[in-house]
Amino acid sequence: MAPDFIPHALLLSLALFSVGLLGVFLRRNIITVLMCVELMLNGVNLAFVAFSRAQGTLEGQVLVFFVLVVAAAEAAVGLAIVIAIHRHKDTLDVDAFNLLKW
Amino acid sequence: MIDAILFYVFAALALGSALVVIGQRHAIYSAFALIVTLCSLSAIYGLLGSPFIAVLQLVVYAGAIMVLFLFVIMLLNVGREEREGGERSGLKIAAGILTGVLLLQAGAVLLQAVVAPAPGFDASTHKMAQDLFSPRYLYAFEATSILILASIVGAVALAKKDL
Repeated sequence: MAPDFIPHALLLSLALFSVGLLGVFLRRNIITVLMCVELMLNGVNLAFVAFSRAQGTLEGQVLVFFVLVVAAAEAAVGLAIVIAIHRHKDTLDVDAFNLLKW
Repeated sequence: MIDAILFYVFAALALGSALVVIGQRHAIYSAFALIVTLCSLSAIYGLLGSPFIAVLQLVVYAGAIMVLFLFVIMLLNVGREEREGGERSGLKIAAGILTGVLLLQAGAVLLQAVVAPAPGFDASTHKMAQDLFSPRYLYAFEATSILILASIVGAVALAKKDL
């Protein structure tokens, strides 16, 4: 079995990353922004798996494993920060979080 | 042949639901669309001959992480995104330009990449475990457990009412 759709998998990963990037810029809800970051991470993961299949090595798969772990840690800490900010500000609008803005 | 058909079906599903994620005003609908994207990607990983990553994607992403997201969305009672505040047309233009540049550049690179599938590819769980626990990745693997522990402690400390 030799799948010949690897180039299209790479293009799909690029499309997913771009959609996530657009969402990070355009959405105002901090939770949706975090979900768009997850979308971008998934785009990168798909590129890793596709290249791993093309190269015939397992390095890409191991890297995907580590990205998954970091994504889980990021989601846990990020959502805890969202809860803490929501307790102080009573809003989830990213434009309202300007304490560290210069 | 059936592989290719399945791939394009799941690719269309993943891309369509990704667009729903950024198109929806309700965070909860975005979360459900994201679950569809993650499950389709899991199927694509399986089609690319990576069963271990496919199952990991389902368990960790579509399972654990999305449950966390849905839990927080329901805990904070997130409603419709409000349209108050200043216009952000400058940001929209910047987002469009940045995404366009990224699409052109990365697309040009990816289209030139040599991606003929290698013969004799084996990414079974057995091989993955041999690689993950080999001396090459052992320390990185142990470091991830410290990272997870730190993130558990950090999440509890951040979300706690009064420390």
